[in-house]
Amino acid sequence: MQADLVVIGAGPAGMAAAATATEAGLSVVILDEQARAGGQIYRDVTRSAARRGDILGQDYSAGLPLAAGLEQPSITHVTRATVWQIAPDGAVAYSVDGRGAIVHGRRVLLATGALERPMPVPGWTLPGVMTAGAGQILIKESGVVAGRAVLAGSGPLLYLIAAQMVRAGTPPLALVETQSRRDTVAALRHLGGALRGWRYLVKGLSMLAEIRRAGVPRYTAASDIAVAGTDRAEALSFVAGGKRHRIACETVFLHHGVVPNMQAARSLDIPHRWNAAQACFVPETDPWGRTEIPNVFIAGDGAGIGGAKAAEQAGRLAALEAARDLDRISADARDRAAAPVRAALRGELAVRPFLDRAYPPYAAALQPADATVVCRCEEVTAGDIRGYAALGCKGPNQTKAFGRPGMGPCQGRYCGLTVVSILAAETGQGMDETGYYRVRPPLKPVTLGELAAMEETPAEDPAVMAADGR
Amino acid sequence: MKTASPFLEIDADAARVTVRLDGADLSLPAGANLAAALLAAGVPVFRHTPVSGAPRGPFCMMGACFDCLVEVDGVTRQACLLTVEEGLEIVRAGPATAESADAS
Repeated sequence: MQADLVVIGAGPAGMAAAATATEAGLSVVILDEQARAGGQIYRDVTRSAARRGDILGQDYSAGLPLAAGLEQPSITHVTRATVWQIAPDGAVAYSVDGRGAIVHGRRVLLATGALERPMPVPGWTLPGVMTAGAGQILIKESGVVAGRAVLAGSGPLLYLIAAQMVRAGTPPLALVETQSRRDTVAALRHLGGALRGWRYLVKGLSMLAEIRRAGVPRYTAASDIAVAGTDRAEALSFVAGGKRHRIACETVFLHHGVVPNMQAARSLDIPHRWNAAQACFVPETDPWGRTEIPNVFIAGDGAGIGGAKAAEQAGRLAALEAARDLDRISADARDRAAAPVRAALRGELAVRPFLDRAYPPYAAALQPADATVVCRCEEVTAGDIRGYAALGCKGPNQTKAFGRPGMGPCQGRYCGLTVVSILAAETGQGMDETGYYRVRPPLKPVTLGELAAMEETPAEDPAVMAADGR
Repeated sequence: MKTASPFLEIDADAARVTVRLDGADLSLPAGANLAAALLAAGVPVFRHTPVSGAPRGPFCMMGACFDCLVEVDGVTRQACLLTVEEGLEIVRAGPATAESADAS
């Protein structure tokens, strides 16, 4: 199989890119791990907006037109596709139902979105502790809502899931937030941008009002957060207002921001740099999302956190440049089409500096206590990492040889940032100097059976492709 | 291992099918996300880790964390990326047989 543009990920960036690319005359293959389009923010929107739109809110249903945009003959949407290798020449290997296959893209767009920032607190590996994003996915896709849950961390996503739980008739037991009044005051410096993004502020305030009306207890500037339990989560304990609190619960949803999912870009050795304001690594791209590898683009939260609406616009920009690059549209046509998209993107990003400053990550989860597990897969603790640093280990790849962090099935997705920040603090190096895990294919575990069942379609001769106008 | 579920189902009207979990029949909504359906059915522990034997359940629900690994019809897979179908044979890695948890 081949296409002008192979898009990896059917979230807002990928869906918008596919539709824009096809309007410009490109053939598109979009690969996505889920059974239906939407990504995580619009997870299962084509089924759930009608059923649970009242609980999930209007911003969720905004994913419907994007998903509908994939229903075109020149777009092949491969569902349940797990991408496990991306070659710099555009060959993308994936598996569906245990069968491997390769699609060749003349251009490739990585639209793999975000992951929850890892939030290693004591007890975070217990059954019953999940990310807030997971809590939302349960509501969106499955209509499953936690009955006795506490939300802990920082960021607007906590307000959104709390409001959705209130609307579903099962308000959370408490909202335990780590940001302080000092963060709010510091964020006021960015109020100008926030006012340009006033819709987000209005939405935030109305969600907070909804949570307050439902009588959900809210704590701020919380510290010393830990999940108690032996075989599963039984309570959340924390200190707030100078007092220790313990809230018995069955589910804990953790969240302190989202970060780019770097696995695909890192596997291609695309350079990343540390973004201090967002406290994450961000891949280097040009204003169209083009990376150091000229035929590979990144759009959406994977290129830096901007949210769903910004991702959509970034996807359009990448698609326009891919179409220009493949001579389907002129540079003038690209720029004309891009102008309103860029204006919309600027509008969407205006609120970000305010949000980033008002809801910083929970400091104690960036430098966890020695006994806290940081690598969930291999059960390596923060103290282990500090021990490796004391023995002279300077970088995250070396830590693998010391104690296997990042070498389990999640391949470092939920420990990488923590390991790097612990090492940086121990060695006194910066985050960029400390670096990140070298990510290698396969990006997801793949069985020998999948490889054996591979349907290899040889790439067409590029000369033939050019001659027939592809 | 089945306990009263800490999760509620908003629309519990889906047709149910029978799967087998560690050899026992369990009724789950057809076509549902397998990890979500097991949680809603009161199954909090999906496996025990190969390193310390600690219990684990779904964490990210988006295919990234691999904490919801279960053996389905003989293959270790992420439950959050699977759909409930009649007759699925689901086996959880216990503390004793934990090596199978990272076999895939």
